[in-house]
Amino acid sequence: MYTAIVFLPLLGFLVAGLFGRQIGARASEILTTGLLAVSAILSWVAFFNVGYGNAGLTVPVIAEWIVSGGVRVDWALRIDTLTVVMLVVVNTVSFLVHLYSIGYMHEDPHRSRFFAYLSLFTFAMLMLVTADNLVQMFFGWEGVGLASYLLIGFWYERPSANAAAMKAFVVNRVGDFGFALGIFLIFALTGSVAFDTIFAAAPGLAGKSVHVFGLDWDAMTITCLLLFMGAMGKSAQFLLHTWLPDAMEGPTPVSALIHAATMVTAGVFMVARLSPLFEQAPNALSVVVVVGATTAFFAATVGLVQNDIKRVIAYSTCSQLGYMFVALGVGGYSLAIFHLFTHAFFKALLFLGAGSVIHAMHHEQDMRNMGGLARRIPVTFWMMTIGTFALTGLPLMAGFFSKDAIIEAAFASQRPGAIYAFLLTAIAAGLTSFYSWRLVYLTFFGKPRWEAHAGEGLHGAAAVHAGGGEVHRDVDPHAHDAHGHDSHGHDAHGHDAGHAHGHHLNPHESPNVMLIPLYVLALGAIFAGLLFKDKFIGAGGEGFWKQALYYAPTNKILEDMHHVPTLVAFVATIMMLIGFVVSTYMYVFSPQTPVRLAQRHGLIYRFLLNKWYFDELYDFLFVRPAFWLGRLFWKGGDGRIIDGLGPDGVSARVIDVAGRVVRLQTGFVYHYAFAMLIGVAAIITWYLLGGVR
Amino acid sequence: MFGFGILSGLVFLPLVGVAFILALRGQDEATLGNVRWAALFTTLITFALSLWAWSQFDTSNPGFQLVEQKSWMGSGLSYKLGVDGISMPFVLLTTFQMPFCIAASWDSITHRVKEYMVCFLVLETLMIGVFSALDLVLFYVFFEGGLIPMFLIIGVWGGKRRIYASFKFFLYTLIGSLLMLLAMMAMYGVAGTTDIVTLLKTDFPSSMQKWLWLAFFASFAVKMPMWPVHTWLPDAHVEAPTAGSVILAGILLKMGGYGFIRFSLPMFPEASQYFAPLVWTLSVIAIVYTSLVALVQEDMKKLIAYSSVAHMGFVTMGLFSMNTQGVQGAVFQMVSHGFVSGALFLCVGVVYDRLHTRDIAAYGGLVKTMPLYAVAFMIFTMANVGLPGTSGFVGEFLTLLGAFGANTWVAFFATTGVILSAAYALYLYRRVIFGVLDKPALAGMKDLTAREIALLAPLALLTIWYGVQPGAILNACAASVDLLIKNYDAALKATKLAALVLN
Repeated sequence: MYTAIVFLPLLGFLVAGLFGRQIGARASEILTTGLLAVSAILSWVAFFNVGYGNAGLTVPVIAEWIVSGGVRVDWALRIDTLTVVMLVVVNTVSFLVHLYSIGYMHEDPHRSRFFAYLSLFTFAMLMLVTADNLVQMFFGWEGVGLASYLLIGFWYERPSANAAAMKAFVVNRVGDFGFALGIFLIFALTGSVAFDTIFAAAPGLAGKSVHVFGLDWDAMTITCLLLFMGAMGKSAQFLLHTWLPDAMEGPTPVSALIHAATMVTAGVFMVARLSPLFEQAPNALSVVVVVGATTAFFAATVGLVQNDIKRVIAYSTCSQLGYMFVALGVGGYSLAIFHLFTHAFFKALLFLGAGSVIHAMHHEQDMRNMGGLARRIPVTFWMMTIGTFALTGLPLMAGFFSKDAIIEAAFASQRPGAIYAFLLTAIAAGLTSFYSWRLVYLTFFGKPRWEAHAGEGLHGAAAVHAGGGEVHRDVDPHAHDAHGHDSHGHDAHGHDAGHAHGHHLNPHESPNVMLIPLYVLALGAIFAGLLFKDKFIGAGGEGFWKQALYYAPTNKILEDMHHVPTLVAFVATIMMLIGFVVSTYMYVFSPQTPVRLAQRHGLIYRFLLNKWYFDELYDFLFVRPAFWLGRLFWKGGDGRIIDGLGPDGVSARVIDVAGRVVRLQTGFVYHYAFAMLIGVAAIITWYLLGGVR
Repeated sequence: MFGFGILSGLVFLPLVGVAFILALRGQDEATLGNVRWAALFTTLITFALSLWAWSQFDTSNPGFQLVEQKSWMGSGLSYKLGVDGISMPFVLLTTFQMPFCIAASWDSITHRVKEYMVCFLVLETLMIGVFSALDLVLFYVFFEGGLIPMFLIIGVWGGKRRIYASFKFFLYTLIGSLLMLLAMMAMYGVAGTTDIVTLLKTDFPSSMQKWLWLAFFASFAVKMPMWPVHTWLPDAHVEAPTAGSVILAGILLKMGGYGFIRFSLPMFPEASQYFAPLVWTLSVIAIVYTSLVALVQEDMKKLIAYSSVAHMGFVTMGLFSMNTQGVQGAVFQMVSHGFVSGALFLCVGVVYDRLHTRDIAAYGGLVKTMPLYAVAFMIFTMANVGLPGTSGFVGEFLTLLGAFGANTWVAFFATTGVILSAAYALYLYRRVIFGVLDKPALAGMKDLTAREIALLAPLALLTIWYGVQPGAILNACAASVDLLIKNYDAALKATKLAALVLN
């Protein structure tokens, strides 16, 4: 069964990828979606078998992969509760996204390729979550990176999409650099990369020091930090987050599947999977807490002012991933996985809802050109609202259970950095509520801004923005350029030939094939918290998780978090309400306030709008120097120094001499053969002399 | 077979093809067709024979197999062939690549076809000879002789600056090989034989080892090529015809690495250990430096050539980390790079045949008209980047793992190569394949022809197959590598003991 779950998507990829042209787009869609449906159903069966039943850890080995000396890497499927939770998340969302894409992509001429990529992604993700060793995990890790690259750049004619795809891959590789070194170090320490062996060795390594990179480190700390670097890249954590917002260049279903529900949570999964290692490295966990909290706060602040509907949700994702890392960092592994689980539902719902909006608006993504859509696309509106409730943590909805528990755990934890995390995540909860409702108001409430806008060019539309969000005029020309790619609402769809621009927009509700996934996800967003709370983070947790997650004997966080002051327990809800009230005031009752605020605090506004200037900073620090060094090495190093002193210099002399002394027509072959002849002659001579002696 | 074994058959079979081609008269199209077919058949039969040799080969035996010996020029020198687990993969790689080279030149070579095919077949003889020679002089003849056909291929069928490129090639290799020759004479002086099997068991005095090591290093480092003696490679690649580039990257670059495994490491263990930091440093510089240089290239072939230098950096790094993972990884990396870089040069050849330029800026948006080409190029680009699941990953991973065991700083800097390789390879892919197809010259480009598919598909399948199941290559060399490392460690230990006694 597990083999089927993992390999059916691969089958779908191979058939749709290799024979997509022959069987046609419709057949590819049905095939890949059907196979995913089977995988998803089997995953739920597995989930109840393993999580609720007594099926313990099983590791069916499929084949040998790399065997070299002490290194032994197998292709295997590690099945425990953690795995089946991920199987459910990945396959459910993937199936729904496949289904949704049938509607969303129906005009695209390259649908077979799109569905093939989606299935490839799913396969790679499944290999990642079922890995039984670090190297197979790395395989899935990079495999999802490849699929992400292909899907972000799916619309290959858009330069911005190509740039975003490449950026995603390269930034992820920076994280993988750490991951790879972590694997090497684990191998050096334990002589294995298989989970069972390294988990067994971890307690013995606690407190040991190891000499790497010229310094003495605490062995487990440095190992975990290196591995965490990989998690930071994949999960878009602070400093390595820059690729995620740009990844929104991909089609919206991709954003829902890869950049919200599954791939970006791989980092969280990895830390949870490696909990036996991280539990031995409290200092590394402190770093995880601080990075997670910083990300949660940072991304939320940037999300406040973005105008692209997908980017707001992207920053929201980034921020929620920060929460998960806070949970991991304080030792609440099941909290993190629970938030991962609920987040997958409501964030996929928000993304697919946004996709429905974009579909209705004929690929318009700029919220300044929306407004008043609630009446036009009521189903989408209600689904988005449910998603927003769940995300902001309305009591009894999914986010309420998982997110609030994380904030409480941060307060209860004794780990250095936990208080910092508590403060930032609490503030971020308010910010989350603010930007989420801002999104809803700008999109669905107020006067329709698309009617006046239709038929005009993008930049002529500034006047109509006054009713809604921040105005382009607030922004100086430089800042405008800097985020110019944000406002790609209009140039985003050159291939969308069916919807030539300029004619009247008439937003319409999406077809059922797109709405059904929304219903299912909405159910998840409403009930996932309520239904599974007990098993994931409550009293039923021990029987549910069994040995899948490891808690050191001293780690009592799951218990401590229930003993926080009442005020703390309510802080998330209070922050949620504050954010809601402020947002409602600013975007419903007094639409002039945000504009005035943006003008008065132009510096802060621009700082946030430009995402704390990270892209500019990295361009200055890494991209330009790399190209500069490359040119220096090429022209200066290779050209002037090596060639100048070496062959060119020598040849100039040789030609000099040869030209003056022997004016013979000698080919180089002749030279060469001659030299060799001399060589052979010399050997024979030597040998003969030796023979005589 | 007339008193000769399989290996002799492999070595001399291409020459039979040469004789046949030379016997053909006339320059009309039909004759040229015959020449091409004759060359292709010769290489295919050779490949089939090498597979037979492979079936006779026992991977659990670490020693030399299929050995044959004939005395030659008196009693000391001999004609001796044999393969072990380290050389066998290279023999197969060579025979496997040759049909591709012949097929890749089918349409693109139109003048002096006969001479061209003769050059390639002679080259095949010499390359198989290098990997199977068990006699120092024989090795030297094959090793250096192989350069003459290559030299001709670049010089006669090359691009505009072919004279400059071949001259550079000549200068670099000449100096290296002369030093190696001197070292070989010195070795003969000590051991009294040129038999490699005997030499492998000879203990050379440590002071002498260093000089011998350096002399061999001069030759192998140029062949690899290692930084800073790599500058001949980009020029040679750029000027060479497609098949020339394939064979250059696919096989000739492997001779340096093979030389290190066959001579430097086992014969001069002390010197190898002494000079290992030097090799590591040069390898790491090669990886970082040439990756950065590759990033700014404007010529497709030059970019891939620089990336080859970076990948060979992984090989030398792995070899001199002297542990199982490092050496096996290096062997695997060489074989994998053999067909991946060969395939990448074939990919460049595909568009070069259509547009006659290698300027990256002249392309863009090819996926629109050439979707199959885009798929093939993607697979090989990903293998070049070292994506797990392609053969490029296994070698890179094992060499880095080995290097980490030897020196963490080396692994640290070398691992930055995974970031840089992603940057330059994807940057190339983006500029050539993605984007809007707005250049009029590109609009009419045809997708892969049946011949090109037949060339690239097997390579793509192998790239993925060995990425998922690398066992065939790793197992082949496992026993021999283990023996190599065991002897190496024993030799070092013996020296240490000796030093203790002296103290």
